Amino acid sequence: MAVVKVTRPKLAAGEKMYLGAIFKGFIITMKHAIASLRNKSRGAKDMESSGLGVTMQYPEQKWDEHLPEYYRGAPALVTDEQGRERCVSCQLCEFICPPKAIRITPSEIPSDDPWAKVEKRPLEFDIDMIRCIYCGMCEEVCPEQAIFLRKDYAITGLKRADMMHDKEKLYEIGGVRVGLVNKWNELK
Amino acid sequence: MDLLVTLLIILVKVIVLTFVVVLPLVPISVYFERRFSAIIQDRVGPNRVGMPFTLFGAKKDFSFFGLIQPMADGVKLFLKEDFTPAHVRTAFYWLAPALTVVPALVTVCVVPFGSDIFVNGQAHKLVIADLDVGPLFVFAISSLAVYGITLAGWSSNSKFPLIGGVRSTAQMISYEIALGLSVVPVLLYYGDLNLSNIVEEQAKNGWLLLPLWNEHGTILSQTYWDHCAGQWLFWIPAVIAFVIFTTSVFAETNRMPFDLPECETELVGGYHTEYSSMKFAMFFMGEYAAMVIGSSLVVTLFLGGWSLGFGADEWISGLKIGSFGFGGLVHLAIFMTKVVAFILFFILVRWTVPRFRYDQLMRLGWVIFFEAALINVFLAALVIAAPQFGAMATIIGLVLLVVVTAALVWVLKVSDKKAPILSI
Repeated sequence: MAVVKVTRPKLAAGEKMYLGAIFKGFIITMKHAIASLRNKSRGAKDMESSGLGVTMQYPEQKWDEHLPEYYRGAPALVTDEQGRERCVSCQLCEFICPPKAIRITPSEIPSDDPWAKVEKRPLEFDIDMIRCIYCGMCEEVCPEQAIFLRKDYAITGLKRADMMHDKEKLYEIGGVRVGLVNKWNELK
Repeated sequence: MDLLVTLLIILVKVIVLTFVVVLPLVPISVYFERRFSAIIQDRVGPNRVGMPFTLFGAKKDFSFFGLIQPMADGVKLFLKEDFTPAHVRTAFYWLAPALTVVPALVTVCVVPFGSDIFVNGQAHKLVIADLDVGPLFVFAISSLAVYGITLAGWSSNSKFPLIGGVRSTAQMISYEIALGLSVVPVLLYYGDLNLSNIVEEQAKNGWLLLPLWNEHGTILSQTYWDHCAGQWLFWIPAVIAFVIFTTSVFAETNRMPFDLPECETELVGGYHTEYSSMKFAMFFMGEYAAMVIGSSLVVTLFLGGWSLGFGADEWISGLKIGSFGFGGLVHLAIFMTKVVAFILFFILVRWTVPRFRYDQLMRLGWVIFFEAALINVFLAALVIAAPQFGAMATIIGLVLLVVVTAALVWVLKVSDKKAPILSI
């Protein structure tokens, strides 16, 4: 490979004065500021800016429509199209959960239940949202596709107890998910 | 009885000018700093704090564009825990914050805020103390602020504040010289050290940096062109003085390109690392008050102080309602506008020029500005003296100036030569 000798560029007298460069800098900074004021900043459109710079201002503007498909928000449990809770309390998610946020108390389904053949369902299913790191491992590990990370991101509460999502709350967030696992279905 | 009235007038001036005019400028400049910085960086900045009408059932909050934010910050600082570490030297630790704020506020007293106000035909100057040594007084007092910073650094008894304090001492001493020398041409030109007189002179004869009018008329009239040669000739040393003075003010107020005493990346918080709550707020206030005073000094000396220019000032001074001449208040507003504009310039510089390395800072102060200011004094004297001494003396002076400048540049070049790299 040919050797390229790089010489340090010699500064002209004007460049050594330093003042010209500073003035150029002022002009660049001012241009940027004016562009920001006129909502012409680079990327302002893509970022759904509020009119100043590239910032989206939160309570008035929300992320919701702009969330990508793969966004990982609050984990939630889902029921299938027949209203059966999908979770069979195998506790895989509890074991995989890195911050140990999930706690499941399994229970048996009584034999007179129409879904008695599923055998188990959770009695309690708690996710501590203070511990949860939204890693999505529970979703990945679930053999029944019962737990999903939804797009809810504003999980707030005034007490620690508020941040504990119990089974009821988890099904409320999760709702119904159709298809996917059909092995318990009568239709099959 | 007369003495009592005079004292009362002085007291009113002190209270109104410091607490109604200057101190509110501090939170306002903090607000501008945050908003303008945000705009420069494509952000929004504080725009929320205001009237929480929604708490009382209204549909919308009223936010005043976040103008209440500095007040909220102040309340926060008051309510924070005032923590004094166990290892500090308590007396000086407590003294230091006051020593930074007080000098900055004391210098307010010589700044001319506006032309005279007339109450019942009696003129009242909008200056607290109409001293005949204006700029000297400002330099003398404002350089005391360095004691606050140095004491804070030393008494905190911890390494980062100490380094910050020492840096600030060295920096202040270096730039004090350039600061003092750079205004000498201005003072030579006016032949006066009284700031009020300097501003009145500028109102009549054009601002130092914008001599677009003089007592013979504005730039549009022929008589102006007959008399403007001296003004424009002095414009050259005035611009040099302006550049050196402004830069030195930046250094004196520890503002951005020269904020080495508190540079976050190296010294955590610099000299105020160990301070919290209101004591920290005092340093903060002192810095911004120094900034306000610095910019009002630049405006007063170079940009015409309270004058609007173009011969409009006499008309403004004459405005009155009944026996109350309120022209001074209009001038006060003009002055404030200029000061705020200059503070915006401070912020613009902050986000444009990166911080100097310490040796560069010292070199700029001692090697470049000191020499440049000295030569500038010579040049200004030559420009002022030329009409009196005739062509011969002027030419000799010019030759001398060129020789001295060349010699200085040569010395600079020679002393800049790097030592040969040792080969082992």
